[in-house]
Amino acid sequence: MERQNKAWTIFRYVTIAIGLFIVFFPIYSVLISAFKTKVEYYNSGLALPHDWFNFDNFRKVFKVGRLGLGFKNIFIILVVSLAGNVLIGTMVAYALGRFDFKMKKPIMGMYLVAQVIPMITTQVATFQVIKFLGAYNEIYAPMLLYLGADVLQIVIYLQFVNNIPKDLDESAMVEGASLFKIYRSIIFPLLAPATATLIIMKTISIYNDFYTPYLYMPARKLQVVSTAIYSFVGPNAAEINVISAGILIIFIPTLVIYLFLQRFIFAGVTNGAVK
Amino acid sequence: MFNLSYKTQRILILFGFLTIPVLLSLTFSYYPALSLLYYSFTDWSGLGWEMNWVGFDNYKEIFSRPEIFGVFKNNAYYFVGGLLQTAVALYFAIVLTSRLKGRNIFRSLLFVPYVLHSVAIVIMFRNVYHVEYGSLNIFLQAIGLDSWQHAWLSKGFANYSLAFISIWKYFGLTMVIFIGALQSIPADNYEAAKIDGASGWQTFRFITLPGIRSVLELMLILTLTGALEAFDIPYVMKLGADDTHTFVSKTIDMAFKFQQAGLASAMAIVLLLIVIAFIILQRKLLFREEK
Repeated sequence: MERQNKAWTIFRYVTIAIGLFIVFFPIYSVLISAFKTKVEYYNSGLALPHDWFNFDNFRKVFKVGRLGLGFKNIFIILVVSLAGNVLIGTMVAYALGRFDFKMKKPIMGMYLVAQVIPMITTQVATFQVIKFLGAYNEIYAPMLLYLGADVLQIVIYLQFVNNIPKDLDESAMVEGASLFKIYRSIIFPLLAPATATLIIMKTISIYNDFYTPYLYMPARKLQVVSTAIYSFVGPNAAEINVISAGILIIFIPTLVIYLFLQRFIFAGVTNGAVK
Repeated sequence: MFNLSYKTQRILILFGFLTIPVLLSLTFSYYPALSLLYYSFTDWSGLGWEMNWVGFDNYKEIFSRPEIFGVFKNNAYYFVGGLLQTAVALYFAIVLTSRLKGRNIFRSLLFVPYVLHSVAIVIMFRNVYHVEYGSLNIFLQAIGLDSWQHAWLSKGFANYSLAFISIWKYFGLTMVIFIGALQSIPADNYEAAKIDGASGWQTFRFITLPGIRSVLELMLILTLTGALEAFDIPYVMKLGADDTHTFVSKTIDMAFKFQQAGLASAMAIVLLLIVIAFIILQRKLLFREEK
């Protein structure tokens, strides 16, 4: 029994080592390439770079690939979409979670069904809506889509709002608080944990999104990070060292978020799955 | 506002809080889905508004032209990859919930790919897979496995390499979800099994597996719908070249590159119906369980 356990432990560590190797091998190759010169890249294989302080590639990808612009655009889109999502999510959750009215069931059902429609399949028609609204090739096209087409926030907030005791509302009403005040000073603050998880999960998914900016904002000045690196690669395919520097820079923001807010991310993915 | 009766306030809140969100959802979820259905019966090009009713012609075309319906075979690579991913993720989830030094660090490290930028990941793998200078072939040579070297992105092999990227990115996510499910199984059950002298396999078969069944089912459905909707990876990597089109990337090309929006809409509807059928199936399974 003792020996069997030891073998099992070794087996577990060996498989974990293999898993870690597979996860980090591609990242390692990007990391070393980002600091190499072009000649060095093509000659040195998997060796470490000569000079860890060679930042030329980073400078170049920022300038030619216009990554700075990409970061600026995605940042604006993120701030507006996240603020809107939090606002809409909490408002709808308050209205649907606290009041009974004729349209309640249909609206609830509407959100539940919308959750099932895979967004990517309806792009052909969504494209016409965006065009009709004059939002095509404007920075608010993705904002509108992140606000209107994704209903994850409503589902999450609805779960949380039902866990806030109704007594809190009632005692506030006894003291004469208005319904708006109840929303603002009781419901909204108490939804903070859901808001934190939501903001992190949405930041990652919007930052990663490729097809929305690709389809709706082809203009160069509206490039976000995804589309900027995508269009940089085509004409510069031979400069893998520069491309690697770009990849590395793009990896950093979500990695930093992950490093500090891992708990919320794990909570977010587990909640999402169990719902 | 403070002087209004609660009845008036209630009406104000309901209208004020729900009108815009409901309008947004109608405009960007429901209207597109319905107009998609309408377009699918027309010969619309996607440019201008000229369109003629063609009945089920588009649907007939989808099922009779193998280069359209046949691309589902490429989605199959992602599905099989997804099954593999589920199995591997379950194994690691079990290992990382067992008593093991450093398990939290390993969990955090294995999850890293999921938070990395998806387009950047594909481009990263493009470099890794490069025939001559890619780190994968260089590595294989360095450890003496020259015979394993491949043109990873060539026709006939590309779909495996692309499906692998998907496994690489999502396996940590699946693993963390399984860990969550495993941790919700009461420890007492395992204690009891141990006292009864159950073997490792018996414990897995009769305690672990039933405990995570609903999550396992959900993961299988997500694998299936995820494989049906695969798009980013083949599109960014190859633009569908070398027989790597998935159904969605073909649909997008049909609409925006070949200006056949009517046909593309019909393809989208077909996909939508398949996805919804699977989701209903999953809900049914879940429901049966709760009964």
